[in-house]
Amino acid sequence: MSPAPASSFAPPKPTPVWLGWLTFAFFIFTQIYAVVTSPADAMMGHLQKMMYVHVPAAWVTFAAFGVVLVASLFFLWKDDERADLLAASAAEVGSMFCGLTLVLGMLWGRPTWGVWWSWDARLTSTLVLFLIFVGYLALRSFVEDPHRRGQWSAAVGILGAINVPIVWMSVKWWRTLHQIQSNPRGLSPEYLRGLLLNVAAFTLLTVWFIWKRYEAARLERAAEHASQAAALGGYNG
Amino acid sequence: MTSKRTKWGALAAVGILVVAFGWLIYGGLDSNVVYFLQPKELLAKGAEGYDKPVRLGGQVKPGSVVWDDKALDLRFTVTDGTGEVAVHSKGAPPQMFKDGQGVVVEGRYGRDGVFKSTSLMVKHSNEYKAPTEGERPAEMYKSLMKSTGT
Repeated sequence: MSPAPASSFAPPKPTPVWLGWLTFAFFIFTQIYAVVTSPADAMMGHLQKMMYVHVPAAWVTFAAFGVVLVASLFFLWKDDERADLLAASAAEVGSMFCGLTLVLGMLWGRPTWGVWWSWDARLTSTLVLFLIFVGYLALRSFVEDPHRRGQWSAAVGILGAINVPIVWMSVKWWRTLHQIQSNPRGLSPEYLRGLLLNVAAFTLLTVWFIWKRYEAARLERAAEHASQAAALGGYNG
Repeated sequence: MTSKRTKWGALAAVGILVVAFGWLIYGGLDSNVVYFLQPKELLAKGAEGYDKPVRLGGQVKPGSVVWDDKALDLRFTVTDGTGEVAVHSKGAPPQMFKDGQGVVVEGRYGRDGVFKSTSLMVKHSNEYKAPTEGERPAEMYKSLMKSTGT
């Protein structure tokens, strides 16, 4: 194992927790705001409100896997362990939101489409995206050498992130049960406001989750390096 | 120290990924390239199209819905503007089912020219609008589901 500068293993100063509470409070506000200010939809009534959780969850899933892509490429390029830990943190948070997107989509699909699930290209490709990143996380827990783990997971992370544009375009490339992306002109302004606010709130939450997870990962690695240094004879007590 | 466990674990993880990718490319997407046939495509198959499990997608032809609320028996026509296929379905349709609505039905096209549906799905648009004055979505469904009983 090649020795790295000690500074990169030093744990970061934790970000103050009140920032998280502030983010969470903003999320609660945007949820209530969106639900209270939007009238029932002409076609699906109040089921339209699923939009305020399903759509932002899908958006932050894509964004988080985008972070995995960039961090993985950076790791392969610069061999900086911190990039690997950031990729892993983003993959964890992205997988969580991807699972949430699927579940919320099923809850929305049952009353509107009439089914929980159908094997159309959008649903299938989203499930595949989810499974790839569950595989990514499983892979990480099985490879013990940090450097090899970083390289393997970077490869899988990049491969997985390539699926994001496939999921996005699936509704345009293939016939699907899922409707194509809505655009601002197809939404009443009272829906659009609530949706954009919630996209912002979900994005902030995701940044917060990824960052906190990254800080924890840095602390873990710092502790591992310290115990390794001790085992290698730095101390005898 | 745990190299055996590690090796098998890593292999299993890679295996899952390969299967997931293979499924995406060969299974999932290939069979879903045509997720549903339009009426004109089903009709163009002629005798080939009979008695095979297939999905049919299109619009509910306005005025074609006949609903028997005692027998939970639903008949309507699916159209793509060119071709039309009569559909027979059992059970109450989803709430958003109505004249002109996009639908996807799973089932078999019978030799009697009637598509026997085992699953009826609503395909809605990507637009969301507040109802205009006097429009009551839920009532529209109710009135449709009452008035056509035989």
